[in-house]
Amino acid sequence: MKIIVSIKQVPDTSGKVAVNPDGTLNRASMQTITNPDDMNALEAALKMKDATGCKVVVVTMGPPPAAGMLREALAMGADEAVLVSAREFGGSDTYATSQIIAAAVNRIGVEKDDIVMCGRQAIDGDTAQVGPQMAEKLHLPQITYAADIQKDGNTVTVRRMLEDGYMTIKTQTPCLITCIKELNEPRYMSVGGVFEAYSKPLTTFDYEALKDDPLIDKSTIGLSGSPTNILTSFTPPQKGAGMMLEGADKATCEQLAGILAKKHII
Amino acid sequence: MSNFNSADIAAFKDVWVFCEQREGKLMPTDFELISKGRDLANELGVDLCGLLLGGEGIEAAAKELGGYGADKVLVCQDPLLAVYNTDAYTKVICDVIEDKKPEAFLIGATNIGRDLAPRCAARLHTGLCADCTHLDVEMSTYKDFLREASTLPEDKIEKVGTAMVLGEKRDVSRDLKMTRPAFGGHLMASIICPRFRPCMATVRPGVMKKNAFDQAKADACVIEKPAFTLSKEDIHTEVTEVVKAAKKLVDLIGADFIVSVGRGISKDVEGGIKLAEELAAELGGVVGGSRATIDSGWLSADHQVGQTGKTVHPKVYIALGISGAIQHKAGMQDSECIIAVNKNDTAPIFEIADYGICGDLFKVTPMLTEAIRAAKAAK
Repeated sequence: MKIIVSIKQVPDTSGKVAVNPDGTLNRASMQTITNPDDMNALEAALKMKDATGCKVVVVTMGPPPAAGMLREALAMGADEAVLVSAREFGGSDTYATSQIIAAAVNRIGVEKDDIVMCGRQAIDGDTAQVGPQMAEKLHLPQITYAADIQKDGNTVTVRRMLEDGYMTIKTQTPCLITCIKELNEPRYMSVGGVFEAYSKPLTTFDYEALKDDPLIDKSTIGLSGSPTNILTSFTPPQKGAGMMLEGADKATCEQLAGILAKKHII
Repeated sequence: MSNFNSADIAAFKDVWVFCEQREGKLMPTDFELISKGRDLANELGVDLCGLLLGGEGIEAAAKELGGYGADKVLVCQDPLLAVYNTDAYTKVICDVIEDKKPEAFLIGATNIGRDLAPRCAARLHTGLCADCTHLDVEMSTYKDFLREASTLPEDKIEKVGTAMVLGEKRDVSRDLKMTRPAFGGHLMASIICPRFRPCMATVRPGVMKKNAFDQAKADACVIEKPAFTLSKEDIHTEVTEVVKAAKKLVDLIGADFIVSVGRGISKDVEGGIKLAEELAAELGGVVGGSRATIDSGWLSADHQVGQTGKTVHPKVYIALGISGAIQHKAGMQDSECIIAVNKNDTAPIFEIADYGICGDLFKVTPMLTEAIRAAKAAK
């Protein structure tokens, strides 16, 4: 039994975000982190490893520096890591990305006992699309928004969150699950783990390694295989600053209430 | 269906809206999307069609969709469709789409819509844009939107109209232009899907305006039952229970007044929430919170305003002790009136506030509640 966890390196948008004058994101000036929901997926996999001794393989698609994030995942306790990286894969939208990562997962191999896990969505694009699109390409049943996962033999039972409650969903392995932060609290790397991380296998899948998979074709990967294109990208205007009221006392509050009353807001 | 080719653009027409139901009841998002879909269908000169899947009897809910603008509703009834299931819904929707070929397909970006849409787009081999907050077909209205919602200079806006797609200049005047925030709202992007159909979008709930209900249009709405096949063997997951949250969830999207709290309440969480509740009660509104308050467990997730929470546009939004991270602003900056109370006079929330008070929320809030009570009494 093994768990394949798909993770992504993202700019940390919770901090100060720098935008270039042309409206693109100044990635060079920003810290990168492992996408938060993906950390919950990895933690869920590591918990299963703690309980059953199963193998955990992390996979990411990205530029070579993403290997650093994979080492951190190995230091947390993952057994193997795969970096999917090639010029041919650049410019992929979610459709093309899911084709490529699905091909990488095929190459790692999905067996009867296995689970593929992803974060629900990445904080750079917030699309939540790659997980379900991979599931379709891998012909696996999917369960998204997982807040609890129980595995008993080949049966997986998941608490799948809705806006107004939840569903309990059962399926059989192999399957794909996308995880949310309610699922768990991701662990930290241990000192021993950091040492061990450098002796664990980290493999790169380039275009050559994946090109024989039927999912990999010029018409389905990269820029030429992406059904969507960006027409325009822009920064929204800042709403004009309003009025700072003098003081913070009773008179200030009465002034504000007076304005609201005058404008018939209250 | 072997003759389906998503790249054969000319074969596709009509705008479709997936109409989500839970327990046989239509979702509020359905009416928002039907209303927006009506505009898009008018711009394209095609019909607007609702697609409604459900158990026996779901047909009864269909006509109401006509009242908001649907010309037709396709109803797929089967006991296996009563409760949402990814495999069952994907199969039926893709089969019907492959047969009837709509050019645009809108889905509410609910937890269910965001499970269903990518699976369908992957099967149909077409493009999908997630969580859109604005949709246009007509180029002139799209340009007007850019003039209002972007910092792009006029000469750049004038040039929008063709796109370079695979090294080829392409006219996109008939393409759906799907605008969405990225990087937590720091950037906006308008996405097109020029080479494949249907062009698919999930649309953020609460953003599109609902039309007024028109009984005559509801009566005139055509109900059609397309053929489909579905069996238990098509379904690989089993929903064993559906549980509604025990407590009543806060209705942020429908509220006229929202009083939100942030990290600023940390020194007395219960006290801070109580003050916010009192102010909200005086205004007839509800309490919301920033991501920090939800992540810290101070408020439940249904209170969250922002990029990963809800997008709101109440008449008045009062931010108490919220610094105003871009993710939070993305969810509330379109409020009609924003009032911010924060100890830090450089907090970014003041950049978008109509009225700002630099002070301690624990002192200011009760005085503000009292002042509003007095002002209302004096009217």
